[in-house]
Amino acid sequence: MNFELTKEQEMIRKMVRDFATEKIAPRAIDIDVNAKFPEDLFKEMGELGLLGIPFPEEVGGSGGDTVSYALAAEEIARVCGSTGLSYAAAVSLGSSPIYYFGTDEQKEKFLKPLASGEALGSFGLTEPNAGSDAGGTKTTAKIDGEDYVINGEKCFITNASYAKQIIVTAVTGKDDRGKNIISAIIVPTDTPGITITDNYDKMGVRGSNTAEIVLEDVRVPKENLLGDPEKGFKQFLYTLDGGRISIAALGVGIAQASLDKALEYAKERKQFGQSISNFQAIQFKLADMAMEVELARNMVLKAAWLKDQGKNFTKEAAYAKLFASETATRNANEAIQIHGGYGYMREYEVERYLRDAKLLEIGEGTSEIQRLVIARQFGC
Amino acid sequence: MNIYVLMKKTFDTEEKIQIDGGVIEEEGAEFIINPYDEYAIEEAIKIRDDHGGEVTVVTVGDEESEQQLRTALAMGADKAVLVNTEDDLEDGDQYSTVRILEAYFEDKDVDIILAGNVAIDEASGQVGPRLADKLDIPYVTTITNLEIGGEDVKIVRDVEGDEETVETSLPLLVTCQQGLNEPRYPSLPGIMKAKKKPLEELELDDLDLDEDDVEAKTETVEVFLPPEKEAGRVLEGETEDQVKELVSLLKTEAKVL
Ligand SMILES: Cc1cc2nc3c(=O)[nH]c(=O)nc-3n(C[C@H](O)[C@H](O)[C@H](O)COP(=O)(O)OP(=O)(O)OC[C@H]3O[C@@H](n4cnc5c(N)ncnc54)[C@H](O)[C@@H]3O)c2cc1C
Ligand SMILES: Cc1cc2nc3c(=O)[nH]c(=O)nc-3n(C[C@H](O)[C@H](O)[C@H](O)COP(=O)(O)OP(=O)(O)OC[C@H]3O[C@@H](n4cnc5c(N)ncnc54)[C@H](O)[C@@H]3O)c2cc1C
Repeated sequence: MNFELTKEQEMIRKMVRDFATEKIAPRAIDIDVNAKFPEDLFKEMGELGLLGIPFPEEVGGSGGDTVSYALAAEEIARVCGSTGLSYAAAVSLGSSPIYYFGTDEQKEKFLKPLASGEALGSFGLTEPNAGSDAGGTKTTAKIDGEDYVINGEKCFITNASYAKQIIVTAVTGKDDRGKNIISAIIVPTDTPGITITDNYDKMGVRGSNTAEIVLEDVRVPKENLLGDPEKGFKQFLYTLDGGRISIAALGVGIAQASLDKALEYAKERKQFGQSISNFQAIQFKLADMAMEVELARNMVLKAAWLKDQGKNFTKEAAYAKLFASETATRNANEAIQIHGGYGYMREYEVERYLRDAKLLEIGEGTSEIQRLVIARQFGC
Repeated sequence: MNIYVLMKKTFDTEEKIQIDGGVIEEEGAEFIINPYDEYAIEEAIKIRDDHGGEVTVVTVGDEESEQQLRTALAMGADKAVLVNTEDDLEDGDQYSTVRILEAYFEDKDVDIILAGNVAIDEASGQVGPRLADKLDIPYVTTITNLEIGGEDVKIVRDVEGDEETVETSLPLLVTCQQGLNEPRYPSLPGIMKAKKKPLEELELDDLDLDEDDVEAKTETVEVFLPPEKEAGRVLEGETEDQVKELVSLLKTEAKVL
């Protein structure tokens, strides 16, 4: 057993923390209020190699590991949930599937620009009538000569308005038992027939771009099919397993930020002639918050470590995502409580933490779906 | 060009500092590159990129200093040297550090040495100038701009908020002040590459020094935190009376007059 980070992991965490504190944190309130995607920050993050952490240098990445990636996601979310979500989605959903399942040509053409931070990518799975039940996908992709012709609709797709390409899941046929075969296809966003609109007025992660996508007779070459045509469903389950580690890391970041703010405030705020941190009622809240952050972080790092070791991590990623996202919501809620009336005000930031945290219980598989995933691992 | 940087590992003074039994509690303290040394590292990398050569970062420290040296390598320095005094030196001071550095530089062919203006922990600002003196090369402190053309060097330095322009020549030692540049973040590829860059570890023996040679010339008598800041007081009344009251308070309460 060894709980120590390597020197590289330690350095990456320190660098991202410095960057997040100096460059992102001063803009977090503004990003939330104006619901404006901070494109320039992503450019800087790209230049620092943050968008390519878990990918090797050959494909434009930085040659880091999942643990480092999780640490980076935590540090970013600690100051800004919006930037954190867009970051995690870009890496885990936009890039990872191409790295796991893409051909060498696809990696060269589609992954390199993302991993090296020149462009962003999206992953379009959710549809108006297929959310938790991704098997209910309605979008179709039919072969016509050398092309796929894609028709359908996707919703809630992170980063789509700023993406160079979107990995779209679509029904490509039926198997022997008459069940839909779902495949993943890389669709460049400048292909005719795609309409991307971002009109959602969101509760939280307001600066993260979220868009609706309509695909009308969108033609892409057959070689844009990602991975095995028969195993598209399995592939995105694997993709989501990995993505859950990063969503969980965002949860740890928000939960930690909630604790930091609450502790600092509790020590300063005086009522009844003393710091409210002297009251046991407040101390117990802080103790629970600190404990849960630590537990959540340990679970995230364990899941990331398992993935780096090439071991099975499905269950652990679900534990981490479920516990860390719910911890983030609980801690943010308690942080507001400890701040009293001030906590209800935007300026103190903790109310934003709660709005941002709530998304983590929904995106990349709701808390209920995590529990299903865990139970399935027991053979239920 | 042979470019050297003097770097010190310090505790982060923006984090909470605790003192236990007259020494700063290291457990739980955050350690960083002395912020002024970051300007030195950044400037060294820029000089190398413009004029060619090699940047070597030198520190006198302990095992843990490797972390800060690796960070400097990740920023773009080429080589690092750790003079590890953990086993040989109980309480060094500026004299000790300069003596060690002097021995290190004895056989080195130096074009420029960059150091921080001060280290934020002890803030003596002595190591740079004293080393230059020992090496018998010119030095310029608190620089905010540096231009090198051949052997000639043009420097702007900060003199308590004003600027002074100095012309000098290589070889040279400078100490770096805020405003000189904006230190870069170590990039991810930089961090991964730093692992493979050379980091040489030396002990006093390797520099032909004995413990006695580097024994501190000063003694630390006491270490304490500054008193907690109390709320300010606003004086009221006629200006003349306020001045009188202020002077009397400075005498009786603050005891500074
Ligand atoms: C800000 C944001 C960003 C997003 N980014 C992306 C993205 O980049 N790409 C993408 O593809 N999608 C994205 N999504 C979509 C997200 O993954 C879905 O919203 C999520 O999977 C839930 O699907 P749904 O909204 O259709 O809810 P539903 O599936 O309709 O769920 C409604 C409720 O029913 C529960 N439920 C459903 N099925 C079961 C069951 N079998 N047992 C028990 N309870 C059940 C759910 O847990 C939930 O509580 C994003 C969503 C948001 C809000
Ligand atoms: C939208 C809004 C509308 C409002 N409207 C009005 C109004 O119309 N009129 C008005 O007068 N006020 C109003 N308020 C103020 C509101 O009543 C106070 O915010 C509330 O009483 C809490 O006080 P506080 O914000 O100073 O928090 P604090 O008293 O500082 O409390 C901070 C935290 O410490 C805890 N705490 C404090 N003392 C103890 C203790 N002894 N033991 C254990 N825990 C303790 C609290 O429970 C809380 O968790 C309003 C506030 C808001 C946000």
